[in-house]
Amino acid sequence: MTGVLTRNETLVAVVIALFCIVATASDPNFLTVTTLSDLLRASIVLGILATGAMLVLISGGIDVSFTAVAVSAMYVTTTLSLALWPDMPWYLIFAASILVGAGLGAINGIFIAGFGLPTLIVTLGTLSVFRGCLLTFVGSERISALPPEMRNFSRMMIARGTTEGGDFYALPWALAALALVVFLTAFILHKTMLGRSIFAIGGSVESARRIGINVRRIQFFVYVYVGALAGLAGILQGSMGRMADPFSLVGLELSVIAAVVLGGARLVGGYGTITGTLLGVALIVLVQNSLIVIGIPSTWQSVTIGLLILLGTGLPAFQAKRAAARAG
Amino acid sequence: MDQPQTGAFVEMKGVTKHYAGVTALEGVDLTVAAGEAVCLAGENGSGKSTLIKILSGVEPASAGEIRIGGKTMSRFSPRMATAAGLMVIFQDFSLFPNLTVAENIAFAGELAGRRRFFSARSARAAARSVLDRVGVDIPLRARLETLPVAHKQIVAICRALACEARLIIMDEPTASLTEREVRALLGIIRLLKEQGVAVVFVSHKLAEVLEVSERVVVLRNGRKVVEGPAGTFDTASLAMHMTGREVRDAAPGPVPDSGDTLLRVEALDKPGSFRNVSFDLSAGEVLGITGLLGSGRTSLAKSLFGLVAPESGRIAVSGADVPLGDPVAASEARIGYVPEDRLTEGLFLTQSILRNVAVGRLGDHERGGFLQHRALAAEASGWLRRLKVKAPSVAAPVQSLSGGNQQRVVLARWMARAPRVLVLNGPSVGVDVGSKADIHDIIRDLGARGLGVIVISDDLPELLATCHRILVMKGGRMVEEIGAGSVTEDELAHRLAS
Repeated sequence: MTGVLTRNETLVAVVIALFCIVATASDPNFLTVTTLSDLLRASIVLGILATGAMLVLISGGIDVSFTAVAVSAMYVTTTLSLALWPDMPWYLIFAASILVGAGLGAINGIFIAGFGLPTLIVTLGTLSVFRGCLLTFVGSERISALPPEMRNFSRMMIARGTTEGGDFYALPWALAALALVVFLTAFILHKTMLGRSIFAIGGSVESARRIGINVRRIQFFVYVYVGALAGLAGILQGSMGRMADPFSLVGLELSVIAAVVLGGARLVGGYGTITGTLLGVALIVLVQNSLIVIGIPSTWQSVTIGLLILLGTGLPAFQAKRAAARAG
Repeated sequence: MDQPQTGAFVEMKGVTKHYAGVTALEGVDLTVAAGEAVCLAGENGSGKSTLIKILSGVEPASAGEIRIGGKTMSRFSPRMATAAGLMVIFQDFSLFPNLTVAENIAFAGELAGRRRFFSARSARAAARSVLDRVGVDIPLRARLETLPVAHKQIVAICRALACEARLIIMDEPTASLTEREVRALLGIIRLLKEQGVAVVFVSHKLAEVLEVSERVVVLRNGRKVVEGPAGTFDTASLAMHMTGREVRDAAPGPVPDSGDTLLRVEALDKPGSFRNVSFDLSAGEVLGITGLLGSGRTSLAKSLFGLVAPESGRIAVSGADVPLGDPVAASEARIGYVPEDRLTEGLFLTQSILRNVAVGRLGDHERGGFLQHRALAAEASGWLRRLKVKAPSVAAPVQSLSGGNQQRVVLARWMARAPRVLVLNGPSVGVDVGSKADIHDIIRDLGARGLGVIVISDDLPELLATCHRILVMKGGRMVEEIGAGSVTEDELAHRLAS
């Protein structure tokens, strides 16, 4: 069961490799630094959101509101900065967006940890409320005149240039944000009692309570942390896209959860790995950006993602069921 | 290791508990010395769970005194109980299926030590040292969910030890173990006692733990009715004290003469589970099938009802073949199956008692696509009455019932379907002594009504009390057929294990 071959991670990695082989066969230009840097750029926001979603799934909950949190944090911060301090340094803008995100996450946390309400219902509610409030009270116009510091950030590159073959590539510093989030989350999950407690409550809330884990506090942390990550992802999305669009991001939540589930996290809680999540994100990004390369029209994107979910998560589940039936 | 102090480690005096006008416990005294094992016996509702809750600090006592190591505890809380080394191992073990063995063992101790950071390596080291202490080897990196029940229990014990437990309270420790696993558990308990750890067994299936215990305390209706050295009790006297009446299991009556062959099983074969199993069952007969865990008895039971598909063979009811591996067909042939784990396989726990019985009869109370609710309810409540289900109301959820009554609800569901063959897998697992005798009465009565009953169990007294014939399985094969009344319990145990 726990063999390397039947793990979701392996399955996803194999599918990615196959995809790359087919893509390279049909278009030799596919496997270039340009494509790679494009795909990496496209993975940043999705990757940060997925890391957060994974944390919630591990804790035994589900959050569908994080896209609304992300877009609200981004838009509110941008509007405030433009109104009060247009020259606000980028790191303060980022910090503000993270704080707004954490605050909105705390609202989820109060309903879920405080009142003990079901996570899906709460976050479905807040998804609507957050986005509705944003469009009603803050604004519904796309802002392309961003604070200059935000635009400057999006121009900061770790590396850029042109290969000998004439391929252009650019790796923005935003990638470091993803790396930081991944590192921090991995540290929390595997090296702190807090992280192990998240796994524990995902495994069994009742058992966790009985050995003295403060379940409410852990849950509250999870939703605040996810909110903060969403705030970061939102502001990155705004600055890299050079536009604060209140209509962006929302609608993406299911793709993000799909990526996490493809990576092996279970909806019942207690299971999930960062490697798996990142592989899941990579696969989804590949499908969203490069399906056209292997000759499949982009209108087939959602069909492909759906099939991948059915196969990627259905196959191991089916195998486990068969094994259980055989054991009798 | 702390040396056992002179005198009692835990002393409870005159402990009384009222719940909203109901007295759950009245003036109960209990003392446990270091390294001592005490059996706390009582039926459901006798107050033993309340006593555990008070002892573990979960519920405050309404009156009375608790002293630990000579110190009187005021405002006793779970945290104080844990700090004093009082650990409860619940029947469900309260472990984490998704975490490794090492983490399950080390987690609570690290939490109690208010650690912030986690190191998998030191967790493994801590777990290893505790496992060594009980002399058991379980792979530390294995996920808990992959372990058999007996190992999960050992992990739960080790977790308590990792928290420096000085008194381990075990709720129904042997309920889901086979005889061999119980042996292994008792070995561990002896080891712990030598190390000065006290143990309180809370159970209604006590015969097995009597031999490692010093003392027995019996509760009934919230009072302590008797206390004494373990050697002075046996299964019968315990049962009498627990129920307050003499519980005697009558031997089954003779098989009716007219008993035609009802069920015929021929050369049923499923590689890896059971091989070439054949037997007949006549109407009115109660047939026992026994064997150790892994002997294939449960797979065989499930295959009779189509839940497991045998590779080859034949099952016929009154001469008509029943398709293999098809529960719907088995049910149409009027075979009934009562699973061992009624909580997860047999009942809709949060649904009402009535619905749980009626669900088996939906098809027969349908007219033109609509359910005839009144007739359905009347029939179900009729069966609940006949099987003497004790419940405040048939609308109450099944999970509010005691184990014995839950088992009766499952039986009532099947009886309502008028089965001809009833397969009962572990009919009295997790059921208290009084209800157990009642369930045995019901089984004998089913036989007398002309049903063919198959009882699958490793509870030997139960088999002897209910069955006309007993088939012994070993390594997937039927190795012996024993006529009822021709063996004693000891002989049967010997043949099973040899």
